[in-house]
Amino acid sequence: MSLDDAFKDPFFRDESFFGDFSYKNSPHAVNRFPFPFPEDDYMYSVNMEPHVKGRPGSIFEHYFDVDEHYVSEMRDRARVLEQDPLRCQSLPHMTLAGWDLLELIMEKFAEEYPQWFALTKDSNRWHWINRPLGIDQKFTFLDESTLPMGPFEYITRQAQGDFTLQDQREDNLWIEAGMVTSQADWSLDFDIGMNFHEWHAPVPLAHQMGIFDRALKFLLALQHGAPVRRFNWTMTVDPLLDTSPENYHKWGPTKTTLTPENIGKRQHLRVELQTLIRLPRSNAICFPIRCYLISMDDLVTRPKWARRFHRVIKTVPDELATYKGFIRNKPMILDYLSKFDDGAPTSPGWWPED
Amino acid sequence: MSGQTRLTVIVTEVVAVNSLIKRFRFVREDGGLMPGFSGGAHTVVEMDDNGTRRLNAYSLMSDPADTSGYEISVRRDDTGRGGSLFMHNGVKPGMKMVISQPVNLFGLDLRAKKHLMIAGGIGITPFIAQMAQLDSLGHRFELHYAMRDRELGAYMKELSARHGERVHAYYDLEKQAIDLANLLKIQPLGTHLYVCGPKGMINWVLSTAKAMGWPKGALHSEEFLAPPVGEAFKVELSRSKITVEVGPTQSMLEALEAAGVDAPYLCRGGACGQCECRVTASDGEILHYDHWLSDEQKAAKTHIMPCVSRFKGERLVIEL
Ligand code: HEM
Ligand code: FES
Repeated sequence: MSLDDAFKDPFFRDESFFGDFSYKNSPHAVNRFPFPFPEDDYMYSVNMEPHVKGRPGSIFEHYFDVDEHYVSEMRDRARVLEQDPLRCQSLPHMTLAGWDLLELIMEKFAEEYPQWFALTKDSNRWHWINRPLGIDQKFTFLDESTLPMGPFEYITRQAQGDFTLQDQREDNLWIEAGMVTSQADWSLDFDIGMNFHEWHAPVPLAHQMGIFDRALKFLLALQHGAPVRRFNWTMTVDPLLDTSPENYHKWGPTKTTLTPENIGKRQHLRVELQTLIRLPRSNAICFPIRCYLISMDDLVTRPKWARRFHRVIKTVPDELATYKGFIRNKPMILDYLSKFDDGAPTSPGWWPED
Repeated sequence: MSGQTRLTVIVTEVVAVNSLIKRFRFVREDGGLMPGFSGGAHTVVEMDDNGTRRLNAYSLMSDPADTSGYEISVRRDDTGRGGSLFMHNGVKPGMKMVISQPVNLFGLDLRAKKHLMIAGGIGITPFIAQMAQLDSLGHRFELHYAMRDRELGAYMKELSARHGERVHAYYDLEKQAIDLANLLKIQPLGTHLYVCGPKGMINWVLSTAKAMGWPKGALHSEEFLAPPVGEAFKVELSRSKITVEVGPTQSMLEALEAAGVDAPYLCRGGACGQCECRVTASDGEILHYDHWLSDEQKAAKTHIMPCVSRFKGERLVIEL
């Protein structure tokens, strides 16, 4: 793939997620940021809702959200994979699920963003065009030898967010393929082959609350045609997508370099939009984990978000703050946010303006 | 459940395969393609049987790669509740129907080195789709198909033509039987075993395999249980605060749906566990027909599966 022409379309920002961290949200991106708190406090729950189309302009407008960071995120993924190819793995029996996902992404991208993507089919002979990434590929659907790499890796190098594929058997889900380069501190190489309860083992409180039992029961019955979504969130210093355990020695220590002066610029709220999709031919469940980052300086430009975020951080249980990795900086974050919380009530829901 | 979990279809073919089995083909009303599916999946067909709404699950038997339409086979059950009779007598080409998106509770384990399939009677249908899918994936499989006689041995000819030596037929009336113990003994390591057919056959195959030391994870079965008929009874719902009357040829789940209750389900055949309800009071006998609850749960009368189970007695209250 050639990225030389990639930034000709001014819609896509040319930015970095490491080194000088030139990543930034445009005012439009700030406005559509998926602020994940519908209320002034937060606790784990089985927070799943139908993945249906939402407000125009919002991240729910499309089945998959392609935004201004697309090209730079794909470049960052390629960089991480070059350093560590094990970030993408697919066990042999998951190849069919990879084709399912390739079909889904190509069809949705071409249908919803015809200005950037095109897919034409002549029975199993397909022609895929990805203009932002400069890709023009003819191949035979379900014939691996006609693609430069496996279908799962091929398509997830062209789609924002991490992806995992879960096989379903023995009344459980098994994580057996993944493209994981923008994760909140978990490792595909460690988790691959585990089942739903095993890979969730490190999460505090939720097991005892019965959340994973109920979530698994729901997912085993997830139907084709009725995808669902949920949010997860954490805190990240600097707009670093690759907060992996593998590289913890590089990013972990940056938590100690936050100061009251730089916290607004460097501390980011990290939101994951997670969707759960039943795939047709393989019966696997696909789990796209789409990561959105916003600096605290940008976040507090929306008064409702600023007030609410202050209250959420103030009341979040220590177990969660520890697990999410920001307990150390919690007092400094609260100091910063308290300046924007006048105590006024907030309206329900997460939209900034209503 | 939300989203597009149902498809509006037109019946394009009704074929009498033999004296007991009819095959139906559905295409989309809007002319679009059907979703692809995985071998072993079923669809739930909605029927309006003279004002009674019936929902029956049938395995998809067409080639999963063929997204132009879906095919199912229905065996007529003259003593049953009427769902299969309605399909046989009431469904004609050109009719509009509503079916569910595919649901798979009998999936292939694609890690298997070889897939060994054992079918009895109409239990052949999910295997027809699975073999088509395995064939195109280049996986190794072998089918052993037992049926009463040549006349009822639906699809054997087509399967032999398509899969040759990989399919084996056994006719009861000709005193042929699967030599199960020997068959299981000679399988290569990493073989998965699948069985679909009458209850007796499933029990025989699974217990033989278990006794021979096959790992649980390598055994797969699906029994299509039609909701049994029985005496009418009443059930009280503690949350919705209503009482629902269940007719003799109606399942409790169907009666709940007719009363406007949005009760969860997936298989409608006592296998998947989705419809499980807690019983808060039971003055009488719960007739458990499912294979989901454990024997202890059944004896304790704490849960019931409304898709197949019934009640006989004074008063039944469930949490719904
Ligand atoms: C099948 C798809 C899913 C996958 C692959 C997945 C994967 C993961 C992973 C890898 C983690 C990090 C665990 C660690 O610390 O190592 C995690 C955390 C978590 N998951 Fe899931 N998950 C899935 C579905 C769900 C669902 C449906 C729920 C709904 C309740 C859920 C709730 C959570 C929660 C609450 C956490 C803790 C997150 C935090 O506080 O930052 N997950 N998940
Ligand atoms: S719906 Fe599957 S057990 Fe009742």
